[in-house]
Amino acid sequence: MNPIDLILEPLGYGFMINALATAVTAAGVCAVLSCWLVLIGWSLMGDAVSHAVLPGVVLAYVFSVPFAIGALLFGFLAVALIGAVRDTSRIKEDAAIGIVFSTLFALGLVLISVTPSQTDLGHIIFGNLLGVSKAELIQIVILGVLALGALLLKRKDFTLFAFDATHAHAIGLNPRLLGAALLGLLALTSVVALQAVGVILVVAMLIIPGATAHLLTDRFGRMLLIAPLISVSCAVIGLYVSYYLDTASGGMIVLTQGAVFALVYLFSPTQGLLGRKIVRSLRRDAASSKHEAAAEH
Amino acid sequence: MSTPAVTVKDLTVRYGEVLALKSASLELNSSRICGLIGMNGSGKSTLFKAIMGLVKPDSGTVHINGGTPAQARKSAAIGYVPQSEDVDWAFPVSVHDVVMMGRYGHMGFTRRPSKADKLAVDEALERVELTDYAHRQIGQLSGGQKKRAFVARGIAQNATILLLDEPFAGVDKRSEATITRLLREQASSGAAILISTHDLHALPNLADEAVLLMQKVLMHGDPQTVLRPENLALAFGLDVLGRGEDA
Repeated sequence: MNPIDLILEPLGYGFMINALATAVTAAGVCAVLSCWLVLIGWSLMGDAVSHAVLPGVVLAYVFSVPFAIGALLFGFLAVALIGAVRDTSRIKEDAAIGIVFSTLFALGLVLISVTPSQTDLGHIIFGNLLGVSKAELIQIVILGVLALGALLLKRKDFTLFAFDATHAHAIGLNPRLLGAALLGLLALTSVVALQAVGVILVVAMLIIPGATAHLLTDRFGRMLLIAPLISVSCAVIGLYVSYYLDTASGGMIVLTQGAVFALVYLFSPTQGLLGRKIVRSLRRDAASSKHEAAAEH
Repeated sequence: MSTPAVTVKDLTVRYGEVLALKSASLELNSSRICGLIGMNGSGKSTLFKAIMGLVKPDSGTVHINGGTPAQARKSAAIGYVPQSEDVDWAFPVSVHDVVMMGRYGHMGFTRRPSKADKLAVDEALERVELTDYAHRQIGQLSGGQKKRAFVARGIAQNATILLLDEPFAGVDKRSEATITRLLREQASSGAAILISTHDLHALPNLADEAVLLMQKVLMHGDPQTVLRPENLALAFGLDVLGRGEDA
């Protein structure tokens, strides 16, 4: 089989086209958001909110309202509960996060077990990329575009909030509101991604692309390009690999992102563990050969 | 007499059980630099936060240019230079980006810089002598250059009230001199400046007045008087009178 056929063959199936569109949308939006999450130090918060939306999504299914509404509600509920437990007891934040999100996630599992449904709600947990319907895809794309639009429109405020919330406050911005907006967008984005890779793996998409890009550049603007570029490429590659190897598609996508992170972690020219050494020794070689050339003259 | 730039009156701030400020009163005036001296935990950071409206006082008031802190924030009147420990130096922003953040209060919804914004940033960078470093990531500057970048942000902002938390910690002598000169220039063009510092020796050169803080304002006067050993002993405990770590 020639390479073109390798690429085109899966696209003969409608479900693969839907899967590809879903994966690309989710990977792109998550990657953009992840740039702020990793810089603020909200990776755990991303983990928490993306899990805690589960009961909201199940209840939204039961009452047939859009998933996004249920997710937003439970996303904010989780953040409020985490804040309450942290601020009103001697429990530290990481423990508060752990308690709240795992309890809400468990509530979601219990709700799924008692909800009769035609579509298997269990798919939300592990994702069901190959079973995304046209209607679901439309909802995903609309939510994705909304979240992406809001993030990019206010990107400078979010970046200032991430970098120096005190200064943001001092010049009349509202850091609380910016933080809340970011968390709301996190809940929305979780809905976009959970149909692609499932609740459990959403967090990977919310952390890995931003962290990878952070190792490759010193400019936030470039991070906002590199992260989605890597994430979307990984989504496409992961999906194709899962097609040919017949493995779980959501898992394969995240595995690809993790592998790319490992490569960058080792070989990034400025931040990589080995990359820095290689660059240094190349420079030394270049310098010494220049030296030798000069000596021969 | 003109309205003071900052009026703090009978300010009490509590964090749970801990009393951070106890009925502190203070006036800061335009065109003057005030040095804030006190031990760790004496309430210096809380006082900064209260002036910016970041903590809710239990009692007492803060007025800025005769109005509320919220009004002052809306008009981007307050500039803040954070302590080094409070800054994420690995954050992917350039010196230019940081200084531009000083202009956000003057920009529209999406914070697109206008010509005036760009000009203000270039001018501020030139004044702190960082023009050649404008496109460096902030972590790649020396300690003194880092501070100057944040001072430039306050200058670009056109802040009439500048708050600096420990601007001389980890700063080389040359940068300290540059920062001192810049602050003097800002003061003479009308800014009211409050600086917390541990560097008592440099204080008389830098500040027009000094404040001794220990939950309340123990003393507010000219630096030479405030820095007398018997006065410092009030704020730092009695050992200063003997050998003293700070003497």
